[in-house]
Amino acid sequence: MKVTLKVWKQNGKNGQGELKSYESPDVSPDCSFLEMLDLVNNDLESKNQEPIGFDSDCREGICGTCGMVINGVAHGPGHGTATCQLYMRQFKDGDVLTLEPWRATAFPVIKDLVVDRSAFDRIIQAGGYISVGTGAAPDGNAIPVPKENADLAMDAAACIGCGACVASCKNASAMLFVSAKVSHLALLPQGEPERERRVIAMVEQMDKEGFGACTNEGECEAACPKQISISNIARLNREYWRAKLLEQPVRVEKGG
Amino acid sequence: MILDGKVPAGPIEKKWEEHRFNLKLVNPANKRKHTVIVVGTGLAGASASASLAELGYNVLTFCFHDSPRRAHSIAAQGGINAAKNYQNDGDSVHRLFYDTVKGGDFRAREANVHRLAEVSVNIIDQCVAQGVPFAREYGGVLANRSFGGAQVSRTFYARGQTGQQLLIGAYQALSRAVSSGKVKLHTKHEMLDLVIINGQARGIITRDLDTGKIERFAADAVCLATGGYSTVFFLSTNAKNCNVTATYRAYKRGAYFANPCYTQIHPTCIPQSGDHQSKLTLMSESLRNDGRVWVPNKVGDKRGPHEIPDNERDYYLERKYPSFGNLAPRDISSRAAKELCDAGKGVGPGGFGVYLDFRDAIKRDGRSTIEAKYGNLFSIYHEITGEDAYQVPMRIYPAPHYTMGGLWVDYNLMSNIPGLFVLGEANFSDHGANRLGASALMQGLADGYFIIPYTIGGYIAGTKRETVDTQHAAFADAEKSVTGQMEKLIAVRGKRSVDDFHRQLGKLMWNKCGMGRTATGLQELLKEIPKIRDEFWTNVNVTGSAGTFNQTLERAGRVADYLEFAEMMALDALERNESCGGHFREEFQEEGEAKRDDEKFRHVTAWEYKGVGEKPAQHIEPLEFENVKLAVRSYK
Ligand SMILES: Cc1cc2nc3c(=O)[nH]c(=O)nc-3n(C[C@H](O)[C@H](O)[C@H](O)COP(=O)(O)OP(=O)(O)OC[C@H]3O[C@@H](n4cnc5c(N)ncnc54)[C@H](O)[C@@H]3O)c2cc1C
Ligand code: SF4
Ligand code: FES
Repeated sequence: MKVTLKVWKQNGKNGQGELKSYESPDVSPDCSFLEMLDLVNNDLESKNQEPIGFDSDCREGICGTCGMVINGVAHGPGHGTATCQLYMRQFKDGDVLTLEPWRATAFPVIKDLVVDRSAFDRIIQAGGYISVGTGAAPDGNAIPVPKENADLAMDAAACIGCGACVASCKNASAMLFVSAKVSHLALLPQGEPERERRVIAMVEQMDKEGFGACTNEGECEAACPKQISISNIARLNREYWRAKLLEQPVRVEKGG
Repeated sequence: MILDGKVPAGPIEKKWEEHRFNLKLVNPANKRKHTVIVVGTGLAGASASASLAELGYNVLTFCFHDSPRRAHSIAAQGGINAAKNYQNDGDSVHRLFYDTVKGGDFRAREANVHRLAEVSVNIIDQCVAQGVPFAREYGGVLANRSFGGAQVSRTFYARGQTGQQLLIGAYQALSRAVSSGKVKLHTKHEMLDLVIINGQARGIITRDLDTGKIERFAADAVCLATGGYSTVFFLSTNAKNCNVTATYRAYKRGAYFANPCYTQIHPTCIPQSGDHQSKLTLMSESLRNDGRVWVPNKVGDKRGPHEIPDNERDYYLERKYPSFGNLAPRDISSRAAKELCDAGKGVGPGGFGVYLDFRDAIKRDGRSTIEAKYGNLFSIYHEITGEDAYQVPMRIYPAPHYTMGGLWVDYNLMSNIPGLFVLGEANFSDHGANRLGASALMQGLADGYFIIPYTIGGYIAGTKRETVDTQHAAFADAEKSVTGQMEKLIAVRGKRSVDDFHRQLGKLMWNKCGMGRTATGLQELLKEIPKIRDEFWTNVNVTGSAGTFNQTLERAGRVADYLEFAEMMALDALERNESCGGHFREEFQEEGEAKRDDEKFRHVTAWEYKGVGEKPAQHIEPLEFENVKLAVRSYK
């Protein structure tokens, strides 16, 4: 089967972008979508033409490196899968596919379909961790965690930091990503001591990075390759307002 | 030369404790005057960076990924071992030590393995405290499973995403250190050379993958935690961008490369479906706890699996290894599959596959139980092959997965170059000739959290180093060699793509230096590799230029290194005239099992670079087995 690609080509964040057409070679339906792009690139390279810039690494949906918008859908067709988990059998012979990068102010384009997602790292650096130095840990079983909470925490921790939630949101909001981390840590007793500080710091950083506000569109959940639930966003909101309330300056009793 | 592993004296249970006491300490106030470079942010690199920063060192951390969280460790599925004995099933530090030495087919350094088993328990504690959501029982305590051929349940796991969760834990610890200012993080920076001054490792040269900018970084010590080289085979279970460049370039600067031929071929991967394929996908071997492996008795049996009655099936692992059955170790299971497929009994397109059948497990436990245990794996399988493994057995075939070889290090994890430390899969140390399941994650985190923080202090406090900065001539030299190579690559403008060469090399390596190796095959390989390398340098096409974003150039540099490295790997395989663990020389077997030659090969082979195409010099570290008696590794 063959497909026609219309690919966004752009040099650097200030570059002028444009869509450029490419024809895929004849590929087997068992070929993965990114393998098809590899073949297109190998062909371009052997003809000394510039290949399409795109990122990937694990190619099994776990590292979060890959990601592009295919015909308007972040990570393309398929439910709960990343771009690297698409197979050509999910497309039809002769399809025309438009490939675009994640589009968000906070994710500037580096080249073609590759964007800079370091804003996500800075949000985690702002507070998405538990402060425990190496060597300071008690025995693993000294902190029992109810199985239900451990499972819910794991559901949230499954986020791969790909950015599809931002790309699919008309406001380019990062709420699903942030809520996944806040939920993961807030659901565990280990996360309790820094619960308030963490959520406030992460939300502040998120705003500073230029991500948009959440207006409950739900597009993020639909695009998320790990099916992170938007109920996490509700939890994030609760955590945030709870923390804000507790943050009220402690009233100091005036002495005599 | 005989290499000294610097194993401390004393009884094995006391070595690490006493060594830690004897290591010189760096005064806390002085730590901030010292800079350490850590290349790699996988389990080993991220845990080392965070731990060193907490101690007060200035840490410069590098990775080629766009975020530290994307290191290949993220892909590990099955679990991490620790001798906690939470299940009260007879596990202990000594048993984990024993299993690992035996599993490595007596080709690992006893003292290192014992230390690994000792600190394994601290790793779990640390990860739990960081919030790693390990699987739990209803009572809230940690759950365990038996994994990778172990007869005790010592594996901790987080669904099928253990590597992801452990890495996120280490990444978060690293992120905390970044926010405290103790770690300066350089993502999308690929290390392309090591800088040595007065015989000591003092810095690195990097290329910014977004801009093409070449930079120099100086430090008091350099740690490489850059992962393994399974992608020398092109097709492997590793991430696409894994490569040997960092360790190979350190080798070219004088670091010894140990046991490069020790590679692990994982038995349960989805078979290749065509030439377009860019990687192979692992199906967690936890599946072997319930799945039964078989092939048809008859050569060339074309019937569907359901049409083959039980008495015409060969459940060969159960037949050959009655006490371990389907849980036989990786190297043994892989070889058994190859042997049967080579004999024409393989199944699926091309005949390179064996069945992993859940029929009996579903009958016994019900579909819902199997679904709860392995649902995500069954859906991965479906996504990739389009087949429903609840209805038809999975097809699996071995694939390159892990590399036990790596830069040679002593007990302190320091290479033969003072100040160059090597951690995680990048070093050679703990797994001998075969790694047991769930032991790589353990080793990466042991190295980073609990070993390097001590041993690097000993080095920094115990050696004299001149004050250097990046203006030193050695930096200029290294930078020149990096830019020179890139210019050369770009100047070729030939007709073949980089991937095309990589595929060609990979196929050759798989056929002649993969699961089965022979002297004749290896000798042919040693003639063929230089030919491919020569063609590469006259006919590759690297488009674009060096001073910009250029993914083709990134790959070209890595493949160029593989085209040299592969030769050392083949040579190592040829010189090791025995079979051990993952290194199976067909001439050396007894009833189909690996036949070691302890008399001649009870040692580590470490190679010293002598020039491209030149035979490297061979060094040897003899291995002593004082605590585990040398024995034939039998799983019968
Ligand atoms: C599919 C799969 C499943 C696995 N499952 C398990 C399991 O269940 N249990 C288990 O114990 N083990 C498992 N393993 C093995 C284990 O995951 C790895 O051995 C281990 O994670 C390696 O960790 P590391 O820190 O040494 O290296 P990696 O995680 O590979 O990290 C390498 C780092 O180095 C950086 N780097 C490399 N080269 C350069 C350079 N030149 N310049 C700058 N940066 C560089 C990379 O960016 C990355 O950050 C599995 C492996 C695979 C492939
Ligand atoms: S929440 Fe989902 S879409 Fe967003 S970064 Fe995480 S995995 Fe990707
Ligand atoms: S390449 Fe890793 S998630 Fe797609």
